Amino acid sequence: MDISALQHAAAGNAWGAIWPEISLACLALALLVVDLVLPRRGAGLVPNLAILGQVVLLGIMACRANTLVAGETFNGLLRLGRIAAAMRFFFVLSSLLVCILGRIHLARSTMPRVEFYHIVLVVAAAMMLLAESCHFLMLFVALETVTVGLYVLVSYGRTSALTLEAGLKYLIMGGLSSALLLFGIVLLYGAASNPLLPAATAASMHYADLARFLAANPHNFLATIGITFVLAGIAFKVGAFPFQIWIPDVYQGAPTPVTALLAVASKGAGVAVLLGLVRFVFAPYAWLVVPILSVMAAATIIFGNLAALTQHNVKRLIGLSGVSHAGFLLLGVVAAARLPMAAGAVTFYLFTYLLASFAVFGVMAHMAGPADADQELEHYAGLAKEDPFLALILAVGLGSLAGIPPLAGFMGKFLVFVAAFRTGHYGLLAVAIGGVVVSIYYYFGWIKAAFFESWRPSADATARPVRTAPDWVAKVALGALALASLVLGFYQGPLGGWLSRP
Amino acid sequence: MDLPFDPLLVAMAAPLGVALAIACGLPKRWSVRLAYVGFGLPFLLALHVWWHFAAAPKVAGYAFLTNYSTGLDALGIGLKLGVNGVGMPLFVLAGIVGFAAGLYAIKSGAERLKIYLLLLLVMQAGLMGVFASVNVFFFYFFHELALIPTFIMIGIWGGRDRNYAAMTVTIYLTLGAMISLLGLIAIYVKSGGGSFDFISLREALAANPLSVTVQKHLAGLLLLGFGILVSLWPFHTWAPLGYGAAPSSAAMLHAGVLKKVGLYGLIQLALPLLPAGMAGWSHALATLAVVGNVLVIGLITMAQRDLKQMVGYSSVMHMGYAFVGLATGSVLGIEGVVLLMVGHGLSVALMFQLATCVHHRTQTFALDEMGGLAQKTPVLAAFFVAATFAGIGLPGFANFWGELAIFTAVWHFSPSFAFLAVAGIVISAVYALRALARVFFGPPSAAFQEVAAKTPPADLSWSERWPAIILLVTLAFIGVWPRSIVRDRAEAFGPSAPPAAILAFDRR
Repeated sequence: MDISALQHAAAGNAWGAIWPEISLACLALALLVVDLVLPRRGAGLVPNLAILGQVVLLGIMACRANTLVAGETFNGLLRLGRIAAAMRFFFVLSSLLVCILGRIHLARSTMPRVEFYHIVLVVAAAMMLLAESCHFLMLFVALETVTVGLYVLVSYGRTSALTLEAGLKYLIMGGLSSALLLFGIVLLYGAASNPLLPAATAASMHYADLARFLAANPHNFLATIGITFVLAGIAFKVGAFPFQIWIPDVYQGAPTPVTALLAVASKGAGVAVLLGLVRFVFAPYAWLVVPILSVMAAATIIFGNLAALTQHNVKRLIGLSGVSHAGFLLLGVVAAARLPMAAGAVTFYLFTYLLASFAVFGVMAHMAGPADADQELEHYAGLAKEDPFLALILAVGLGSLAGIPPLAGFMGKFLVFVAAFRTGHYGLLAVAIGGVVVSIYYYFGWIKAAFFESWRPSADATARPVRTAPDWVAKVALGALALASLVLGFYQGPLGGWLSRP
Repeated sequence: MDLPFDPLLVAMAAPLGVALAIACGLPKRWSVRLAYVGFGLPFLLALHVWWHFAAAPKVAGYAFLTNYSTGLDALGIGLKLGVNGVGMPLFVLAGIVGFAAGLYAIKSGAERLKIYLLLLLVMQAGLMGVFASVNVFFFYFFHELALIPTFIMIGIWGGRDRNYAAMTVTIYLTLGAMISLLGLIAIYVKSGGGSFDFISLREALAANPLSVTVQKHLAGLLLLGFGILVSLWPFHTWAPLGYGAAPSSAAMLHAGVLKKVGLYGLIQLALPLLPAGMAGWSHALATLAVVGNVLVIGLITMAQRDLKQMVGYSSVMHMGYAFVGLATGSVLGIEGVVLLMVGHGLSVALMFQLATCVHHRTQTFALDEMGGLAQKTPVLAAFFVAATFAGIGLPGFANFWGELAIFTAVWHFSPSFAFLAVAGIVISAVYALRALARVFFGPPSAAFQEVAAKTPPADLSWSERWPAIILLVTLAFIGVWPRSIVRDRAEAFGPSAPPAAILAFDRR
């Protein structure tokens, strides 16, 4: 065995550069150990340990933000750029918040605890790697780690028929999308390693080499099909039209914290991958990618908003509103194909979406009863009177999702719209504006359900599930989310600066 | 002059800070006390700005110019505050009407007073900010900040049909705001200057003006978007509905100040940045304004049998004068529009307040069920008469000068429009005086006699008088000395871009 080759490979591995991922994975393992060593006290200790660990991790990452940008490493498997660094924060933040939601949600049920936190942390670490990957092999391995983890999480509430249905649907749809993606990757691999074509490469899974090949063959038939399939596979994850059919059922059936993970982190991961591909790898195929994604974005915005109009179940509503957000994100991705600034705008949008969504999901976790899938708009009646704190958080979260200034969601939409305008997608913008106006209707309907009706005595107060009062951890978390949504609308500060630098 | 702080920033931040304090759970007693500060400080600072504006050093026409970074300097977004000759009168208007509406709200005894004041304070902060922003982004931002509370206030404290009205107003105005946002982004991108700053935009577009076609498209977009916000006919249907349902202080602030933001945007952005585009639309705009807003809506107003609806429609009608003044594109016309905006803002706020005072005494807005109120409440009647005179533009009040300037400018623009517009004066005199007669004079109706027998109407209390006095005094002050508030018109547009089209119009 040739030691020097291994040494060369090892020299390219900058393990230090992925310390946040490693720490997260170690934390996930530590949770299992804690549960093994202290089986009795573990139940209470594990969630707190997971939350505390991630808070510390976020703190260290924030202090050492510059070490997160390290260029290409691991022999071209990973590239640690600025956007990827921001996305790493995004995923750790998501998993932290999912753990907090899990703490609220699992306290009500008899489901096993430790596995939930363990899988969430592993999934988050895998998503971080996914956002950094610049090699299709890495991409696929990370993606499968995420997906397999999510299969388990979606069907976590084994006792509910709706959850099992959701799990099955997600399994089938996830399998299908992975297959599509893989098929696309293989086609690209095959096309790019054809020695008869210019710039053929042996390492055709690598983004840079593949990009060189695509630039040399701007109209290769195989590559065209491959790119289309790759986009389709990722569109499943993002929840873009026409691959959004699984969303309402799965979002409704999955336990609320997992719905949040799907809605925010999984969507974010898909968008991050798409950004990387569209900006760097598929750039020579902009003639193909831009029209596909444009049509997809328009259809997604229209479908998501119109479908959300008629929903009464809040989990389905937030799922379909998430579809429309996927459309706005795609709008930014389309712009990013030509305009580097748009990538920062999309990432900023994702952060605002995270803050607002988790605020709403946090309220939902408190509102849900034992039947988690059964969360109706009517259950919100009288919330403003009974629990003004939760009602306020809900209003801020929904307002930000609707994109109302001075909340952060407006800034996100604004930046994406500016980017789209700069790249000349006027038709898409018109659709997006229409979508925003429609979305106001259902977001306000929700706020109305929580606020306006409460001035009348509600007739069926007994019919709705018992609400959980937020404890101090939830109060701090939700308060921080709402405050961040507010502050980020006024003052974009370091995040804006970080993302607007090239 | 030598305040140790930036008056514009504090005028914007003070109400917001008070609102935040109330949101954090301040007890009711302290909330009310602090609310006086939240409304009073902007009022005092607005007077300060008014007083010192002429002598203040100016950069590109803007006094009190300061820039605060918000982290997006790379995109040309920053909180830049300053007022020029167009912004200052409206900034003052916002401060005064806000103070009056705030005083009235504090003493209104509304249900859930704390939240009511909180929303009104947020609105006030947005209004102080919107006229002080020298950055397109924050201009839009503050406008929305002020707009959102109206939706909520209509939904919670509204009168009849509040749910329907809240939803309609929300969707209509969001659509208008979104379309104008699109237009503003378009200007930003097309200017190529990479800045949202008013001043840099002007400089960039003065150096390389856009082609006439692009200008026309963008001006059309802005006219549509802002037109919806200012209730340009036929996009006005939200206004009477919303004002009819809105609680009085919200209606005062919205009709008095917030609605002027659209006109302000057209004057401050569309005219100097897209002069050729606006000139291209001027005839269409003038036709819509005169035929639609002034004549059609004027006749509809005459047919109203509900006092609050009538005030709502009349405010739509008066916007027609503003639009036609804008359409002339001449400096005189713009000056008239600014004066009319101030005068109308003060008088319509006064009308909404007094209409609510009448409602408290008659328990109804229906004109047919009132009558003879003057004998029981002479002070209210006196205020109402003065407000009516101000509203229909009698000399001695601010509106007169605004309308006079606009009519003169319209005469230069097209005499036939001037004839039609002046006919509107007759219409507004008819409906306003008839309403006055119905409410206060003549024999009381049977319905009102019943109400009066149960609860004898008391005259205006001091808590109702003060807001009215503040508004009326300002109206009369500007009425006798209009130059105190509208001046430096050349500087208002900035020396770099005294839009050639405007000056050309003026010389004609």
